[in-house]
Amino acid sequence: MRIIIDEDMCIGSGQCVLTAPGVFTQDDDGFSQVLPGREDGAGDPLVREAVRACPVQAITIEDD
Amino acid sequence: MTEAPTGTTPARGTPPPAAIAFFQDRTCPYHPPTNYQPLRDRGPLAHVAFYDGRRVWAVTGHAEARALLTDPRLSSDRQNPAFPVPLERFEAIAETKAPLIGVDDPEHNIQRRMLIPAFGVKKIAAMRPEIQRIVDGLLDRMLAQGPPAELVSAFALPVPSMVICSLLGVPYADHEFFEEQSRRLLSGRTSEESEEAGDALEEYLAALITRKEQEPGDGLLDELIADRLRTGSLERGELARMAMILLVAGHETTANMISLGTFTLLEHPEQLDRLRTRDDLIPDAVEELLRFLSIADGLLRVATEDIEIAGHTIRADDGVVFATSLINRDGAAYPAPDELDWSRSARHHVAFGFGIHQCLGQNLARAEMEIALRSLFARIPDLRLAVPAAAIPFKPGDTLQGMIELPVAW
Repeated sequence: MRIIIDEDMCIGSGQCVLTAPGVFTQDDDGFSQVLPGREDGAGDPLVREAVRACPVQAITIEDD
Repeated sequence: MTEAPTGTTPARGTPPPAAIAFFQDRTCPYHPPTNYQPLRDRGPLAHVAFYDGRRVWAVTGHAEARALLTDPRLSSDRQNPAFPVPLERFEAIAETKAPLIGVDDPEHNIQRRMLIPAFGVKKIAAMRPEIQRIVDGLLDRMLAQGPPAELVSAFALPVPSMVICSLLGVPYADHEFFEEQSRRLLSGRTSEESEEAGDALEEYLAALITRKEQEPGDGLLDELIADRLRTGSLERGELARMAMILLVAGHETTANMISLGTFTLLEHPEQLDRLRTRDDLIPDAVEELLRFLSIADGLLRVATEDIEIAGHTIRADDGVVFATSLINRDGAAYPAPDELDWSRSARHHVAFGFGIHQCLGQNLARAEMEIALRSLFARIPDLRLAVPAAAIPFKPGDTLQGMIELPVAW
């Protein structure tokens, strides 16, 4: 699995960070990022919930 | 407009069901209006009638709402002549340019991106000590002066009002003025009153911006003056209107969540008791209260193209209203939706909207609600209503939902 965030679409709602804080964070400007080393989702079942929670569908998952 | 709902074919000889009037008053301050029950039964989309007789689509289904709120064929552009005017008193301000909330991308995206850094998760986390200090100060004063107390004016309104003033760099000393104008803007009696209040707020903020250019402070408005106004990427009137939207949205909404949230907790003692013993449940409780109370009950859009959804066709120029109190109680998304329960996952509610316009200040609102409710019940464990629940006035259905007054004792 690989997580991709479209930074042009992100509106900084922070829904991904609230839903799966073990995988997502925000940079200092309030835009979402994947925590370094967690690009594969780190087996966190909440990643898919975070994708669903994103209000602008800025997060996609590429399955292996 | 008297035609049958577009895209549906009623059986021959069966008249289409009469459109239900929208907005309607709640019968209980924390439940959707009982008169909306037929909408729930007819869902996920049904026609409703606005004050002027205009038929508008009301969306009540959770999956449909999420799909439509992210559909670029539904526009937030209030200057579109087909944009629905929900209330007679908004006629005069209907086509006023409203940055952020009343524009579509790409304009909306440019405006929002100027503000995202100030509302980021880390920035809001850094504000928590100050929010706590504000909450503690207000509770100190309330405890020194009471019991009894009137919780809206002593606590629910000043908490978010002080916080948004601090964030924006607006002097809290002016709070009586802008709180009164906000109330008249959103809930005034006439169209003229709303327009006057909007103009008064805009003039006040334009004057504040001019003053800040001479004597800069350290709020978000000061940053926007330095980074955007001086560089020419934001025009003066647009900044004043943006500031007005942030100021109004920043205090009216959360104030209602705190007052109605407190009332709801006092009316659900078993849920309140669970919170007293399980402090870690407070974030889940705030999320469930957001879902359950849905204080912004009626988000508006206009279709710019035909949209097929759930067997209906929303035609170009049709108005759409999202009934968040019903969407957030769609049984397909939330089992036993009319029960307040911290154990459920209230995730994916649309209390803050969904799509590109989802509330900019949502994480600030969450922090304020968590700190306010936790501290209120920790400092005053025997808080109770000072009068019977049925005697406490709450807001009419055509504005943000919440308590007008909340007399409490301890």
